[in-house]
Amino acid sequence: MLKTFKLGGVHPPENKLSKDKTIEVLPLPKTVFIPVAQHIGAPSTPLVKRGDEVKVGQIIAKSSSFVSTNIHSSVSGKVKKVDFSADSSGYPKQGIFIDVKGDEWVEGIDRSKDLDKDISIEGSDIIRKIQDAGIVGLGGATFPTHVKLVPPKGMKADVLLINGVECEPYLTSDHRLMLEKPDEILVGIQLLMKAMNVDKAVIGIENNKPDAIILLNKKCKSYNGISVQSLKVQYPQGGEKQLINAVTGKEVPSGGLPIAVGAVVSNVGTAFAVYEAIQKNKPLIERVVTITGKGVEKPSNFMVRVGTATSELVEAAGGLPENTGKIISGGPMMGRAIRTMDVPVTKGTSGILLMKEEEANRKEVKACIRCSRCTTVCPMGLEPFLLMTLGEKQIFDRAEGEKIMDCIECGSCSYTCPSNRPLLDYIRFGKGKVGAIMRSRKK
Amino acid sequence: MSNLLTVSPSPHVHSSDSTQKIMYRVVFAMIPAMAWGIYMFGFDAIRVGLISIISCLAFEYLIQKYLMKVKPSITDGSALITGVLLAFNVPSNLPWWIIIIGAIAAMGIGKLSFGGLGANIFNPAIVGRVFLLISFPAQMTTWPATNAMAVDGVSAATPLALIKEGIKNGTPVSQIEGLPQLSDMAIGFNHGSLGEISAILLILGGLYMLWKKVITWQIPASIILTVALVSGIFWLIDSEIYVNPLYHILTGGLMLGAIFMATDMVTSPMTGKGQIIFGVGIGLITISIRMFGAYPEGISFAILIMNAFVPLINMYIKPKRFGGQK
Repeated sequence: MLKTFKLGGVHPPENKLSKDKTIEVLPLPKTVFIPVAQHIGAPSTPLVKRGDEVKVGQIIAKSSSFVSTNIHSSVSGKVKKVDFSADSSGYPKQGIFIDVKGDEWVEGIDRSKDLDKDISIEGSDIIRKIQDAGIVGLGGATFPTHVKLVPPKGMKADVLLINGVECEPYLTSDHRLMLEKPDEILVGIQLLMKAMNVDKAVIGIENNKPDAIILLNKKCKSYNGISVQSLKVQYPQGGEKQLINAVTGKEVPSGGLPIAVGAVVSNVGTAFAVYEAIQKNKPLIERVVTITGKGVEKPSNFMVRVGTATSELVEAAGGLPENTGKIISGGPMMGRAIRTMDVPVTKGTSGILLMKEEEANRKEVKACIRCSRCTTVCPMGLEPFLLMTLGEKQIFDRAEGEKIMDCIECGSCSYTCPSNRPLLDYIRFGKGKVGAIMRSRKK
Repeated sequence: MSNLLTVSPSPHVHSSDSTQKIMYRVVFAMIPAMAWGIYMFGFDAIRVGLISIISCLAFEYLIQKYLMKVKPSITDGSALITGVLLAFNVPSNLPWWIIIIGAIAAMGIGKLSFGGLGANIFNPAIVGRVFLLISFPAQMTTWPATNAMAVDGVSAATPLALIKEGIKNGTPVSQIEGLPQLSDMAIGFNHGSLGEISAILLILGGLYMLWKKVITWQIPASIILTVALVSGIFWLIDSEIYVNPLYHILTGGLMLGAIFMATDMVTSPMTGKGQIIFGVGIGLITISIRMFGAYPEGISFAILIMNAFVPLINMYIKPKRFGGQK
């Protein structure tokens, strides 16, 4: 039976142009820029300086608090400088520039492709190794994985949900990974289950990926406690709260964490990274990135070293189309438009989307006709038209009362508005202000 | 790279829907009823329709351009809807100058004085109609005979007016003369305003709008069911004083009001629950006016009154929040 989340949702054209393209290894770039803040939490502290020689897998920035993570060099070569440059947020961020020389890896990393199913390692060691390997949520949220695995006091997880939904249009990196590395993902899931001490895991996959559903369904029979749940195609099903609701029927309470309903959610890409970190001793230094767009000559999926510039991916996909008007890091619903192709691939980059000039601009804003579509599609049951007005008029106390902080910024409201109103823009503005007010109150 | 890249916050894609498309779907849904009006009332229906549409569009343009000094938005389709609805709500023999006054009231008072599309509290077409009904009661309640039932230009009363008159004079319902057959009323062999006489064709338009998600079922269903329920109870109590509920449902613009006017997005509540409260309110006020009030017809007043409650309904009836512990 197909399940889905109960409130709202939209179904934009899927445009999965690269779904049949096997993952190729992107040739090594000449230089990389590895930001020290690629995750939610405190930026890591650089450990290298100009002129240092580094190897692939070597720690180059150290976790600076519990909610932070290590950063490893994705290439071998010489540190050119530690400096600021724009990441996908558009703001200059500190990072490490490395000139690539050869491809020399640190000792102890198993680079063979042999499947290692042995999971005799202790749970606490799994968490420690995940922390050491710098693993964060690869679905895009980039929350440090080791933090998720340690529940707050008095709370206990009873199910691990694996996000294979990939509800963003265009993106296919998770889809390809499920097709090409199913056993590695399943072993990774078992490791996560062991670390969390749960005996049940469910992989949620939307039914526009029948091949992945069939394959994982077949494979998971030989792994204890793992099952596959096929889901109706509905954006934003990949949202943590929506996935939990779709698979378990439970609702994470307003302002609460998934653990409040006994669930922890991880992405299939994260499960794969966990497999590599534990079984192969390989830190998170590369990931699958989809490069796509309607004008792109060869939409593809590449295994890319972290820190590689967007321009390298664009070249490998056939070059920048003449009429490109916008480049997005991520998917079209939640991704970020970047202003230069120097922006590097980071741990959270699931795709690069090139949009044509005519797709790039927003349409003219018209008056709100109170059609209530924004309310109908809001997966959190909010009233975006009202929150937008409250943000615009800066009525923050009422915005808080109307649950503006529950907004997950999925963009369904702005997507669906027939008057092209910038609903999410004002809601984000309001969220920022309300969040600051709430924090100052706590102090 | 020769050109600069566009940078804007997400989402970067947009559904292909637009306000204009929604408005033209409403206009499309009104075509069957309009065609029936033309079939029944002949050239006069075209005359009334054209005057109403052209004057609504003209007043929107002139007021926006010269009084409000904003970019006129007559192509968005909303003034066109008001024009058609105003024509639907008047007798087809209405003098041209009265129609123009109705259009001024609808566009000027009903819509643009509040700031234009989206800001108006009351449905503009009903503002126009009620303005005319109060200002020109005689002309607004003299209906021409229809082509299909031509009795040489004799004007005729609507079924509701006949019933009101009959009951006032103490005539039992069964003896009121000139009431049409229920089946004729459903199809539209009936007297009344230009666009209100064929219940079936109005429902057809409503089904199209439901399919295209222009309207929701809550408002029409709650209005119609409330009217049926209340009038049905009274009819069961005494069928000599109170008329069969089907008369209430099939006549007097109830279908037109329930399907095309109460459902106006701008002036109706946002949530399904709120829409049901709104619809039940309209139903109760309509049937109260029809059974106990001075006017034979009540849906226009009912919609206007409930329009005024919409901000209040929106304030207190909230959608079901995700993760709300209630």
